[in-house]
Amino acid sequence: MARTIDTIAEEVRTPSPVALLRRRIFGHYGLVFGITVLLVIVLIALFAPLLAGHDPYAQDLAARMKPPFWMTGSDPDHILGTDHLGRDYLARLLYGARISLAIGAFAALISGIIGTAMGVAAGYFGGRIDLIVTFLINVRLAMPVVLVALAVVAVLGGSLQVVVCVLGLLLWDRFAVVMRSSVLQVRDLEYVNAAKAIGCSTRRIILSEIMPNIANNLIVVATLEMAHAILLEAALSFLGLGVQPPTPSWGIMISEGKQMMLFEPWVIAIPGIALFILVLAINLLGDGLRDVSAPENKG
Amino acid sequence: MSEQATASILELAAITKTYQVKQGMFAAAKPLHALGGVSLRINRKDVVGLVGESGCGKSTLAKILLGLEAPTTGKVLVDGAEIGPRERRLLARRIQPIFQDPYSSLNPRKSIEDIIALPLVVHNVGDHASRMQAVTKMLDLVGLPARVRRGYPSQLSGGQRQRVAIARALIMKPEIVICDEPTSALDVSVQSQILNLLGDLRQELGLTYLFISHNLAVVEHLATRVAVMYLGQIVEEAPAAELFAGPRHPYTQALLDSVLTPDPALSVPDTHLGAAYPNPISPPSGCRFHPRCAQARAACKTTPPPHVVGAGGHVDCHLYGAATN
Repeated sequence: MARTIDTIAEEVRTPSPVALLRRRIFGHYGLVFGITVLLVIVLIALFAPLLAGHDPYAQDLAARMKPPFWMTGSDPDHILGTDHLGRDYLARLLYGARISLAIGAFAALISGIIGTAMGVAAGYFGGRIDLIVTFLINVRLAMPVVLVALAVVAVLGGSLQVVVCVLGLLLWDRFAVVMRSSVLQVRDLEYVNAAKAIGCSTRRIILSEIMPNIANNLIVVATLEMAHAILLEAALSFLGLGVQPPTPSWGIMISEGKQMMLFEPWVIAIPGIALFILVLAINLLGDGLRDVSAPENKG
Repeated sequence: MSEQATASILELAAITKTYQVKQGMFAAAKPLHALGGVSLRINRKDVVGLVGESGCGKSTLAKILLGLEAPTTGKVLVDGAEIGPRERRLLARRIQPIFQDPYSSLNPRKSIEDIIALPLVVHNVGDHASRMQAVTKMLDLVGLPARVRRGYPSQLSGGQRQRVAIARALIMKPEIVICDEPTSALDVSVQSQILNLLGDLRQELGLTYLFISHNLAVVEHLATRVAVMYLGQIVEEAPAAELFAGPRHPYTQALLDSVLTPDPALSVPDTHLGAAYPNPISPPSGCRFHPRCAQARAACKTTPPPHVVGAGGHVDCHLYGAATN
C-alpha cells in the first residue's frame, strides 16, 4: 500500500528542547542575575557559621556601636561593625538571611498548596465549587494582611513557626486567582477532551494534562509571593510582632536600629540593602521565569 | 450495501440534548434543544458522513458518542448493549475521536511517544516495553518517521500532528472512530493525504467511521452513507451514492447546490436559503426548515414532518409523506 510520508524538507532540523531552554535561560540577563544573586544568598545562609566568624548572639558591651569598615574608627575584627549590644553586625546579617529565606520559602509553599488546590478545583469543576472558591477569595482579599497577621501574632505570640503559618494561611489568594484563570484557559482545549475520551481519570487529567501546562504560572506566582512573605516578615518583625529578639532577623535589625537612625544611618542601611537585594533577586527570577516559559518566546 | 447482513455496531436511539441557556444575569434560563431526537444506526465498516451547517448539533452528537456529555434523554447502544453516560472508560476502548484542530488536540508538554501511548497507560495495557513497541507500530502505520517519537508537538507540521492524533486514536484498536472535521484545519495539499490515510486504515483495520464534516466533497469521497442534520434533527439519511445522485429533502438539495466550483466564471451559487439560520432557542413550528424552504406548504408550518422510510434510508419531509394532499 502506498502511504505518503511528509516530505523531509518540511522538518527543519531543530535543536533539542534542552538546548533551546538553555539558550533561552542564559540569554535572559535579568534571570541570570536573579538566579546568581539568590544562589549566593542561599549559600551564605547555608554556610553562615563558617563565614560569620562571630556568634550572632554574643554580646560585647565594651565594643558597642562600632562603625563598619568604610568609616573612621572601625574595628577590623567587625567588618560591618557592631550593634547597640556589641553583637557582630555581619554575623547577624548572615544568620538573618536564613530566617528570611526560610520564612519566604515555607510561607510560599503553604500558601501555594492551599491556593493551587482551591484555584484548580474552582477552574476545573466550575459551578458551585467555583462560586464557593471565588467567595473565599473575595473574603480573603477583604482582609488586610498586615492587620490580621498582627492580631494573630499578638494572640499566639511571635515565633518563626507562627509567622510562617500566619503568612502561609494569608497569602494564598494570588495563587488561587491565577491558577483558577489558568485552568479555565486550558480546561476546554481539545487535548483535555481527548484525554477524557481516552478514559483518563479526573486526577490524571488534572495532574498530567493540565498542571504541566500551567506550571510556569505557578512558579512565577510562587516567587512573587516568596518576596512578598519576606517583606511582610520584615515588617512584622519591625513592629515587634514577628520573629522575636534576640533571633537575628533583618526586620529586627532595622527595628533595633531605628533609635540610632539619625546619627548612625548604616545601622538601618545594611539590613535594608540586604532585604532590597534579596527581594530584587527573587522578583527578577520570577520575571525571568515568566519570560522564558511564555509560549510566545519559544524557538 | 450490506445493510441486512451486518448488525449495526452503533445505534443512537432518540437522543436529545438540552442546554439551559441564560441570557442576561437575571433572566430565567431557557432550554436550548441542541439535539431533538436523533436516531441513527451505523453498520460495521460503514463510513457515515454527518453533514450540516455550523450549529446544527453535529459536534454535540460527537461529544455524546465520546461520553464527554451525557444525553438528556435517549440511549447510545454499542453492539446492541446500552452504554450508560458514566461508563466513559468502557466507551473509550471502543470509540475514539480524531479532533478537528491538531494544534490543540495534542498536549504541548508531552513527547509524541507519550501522547500516543497514553491510552495504553490509562487502560493498563502491557508494560513499558510492549507499549513502546506498539507506538513504533502505530508510527509506521500512520506514516510518520520513527525519529519524531521523542519530539514534541511543536516540532511537527499540521499534517504530522493529525497523524499523531490518528495514531493515538487507533492504538487501542477501537471499532469506531469519530472524526470531527479531521481535515478542516489543514492545508488543502495535506487534507487529501490525511483522507487517503483514513481510507487506507479503514480497509486495513476494519474500522467504522462517523465522519463529521461540512465539506461535502470530502464526505462524497469517503462516506458510504450520509446523514444530513438540520437544527438538531436528522432530516435525511441515505447511502452516499444515492444521496448525491438524487437528494430528496429540500435542505439536502440546497446543501448540494451550495458547493462552490473552482470555475470563477460561475458566480456564488444561489441556495435559495433566504432566511438566516433560525435561533435554536425558539425553533420554528412544524417542520423546522419551513422558513427557509422554497417548497414549503401550509402543513409545513403547523405539523412536524412525517418520517418517510424509503429505499435504504429515510427523509423527514411533507413532500414525500403519504398524507400529502
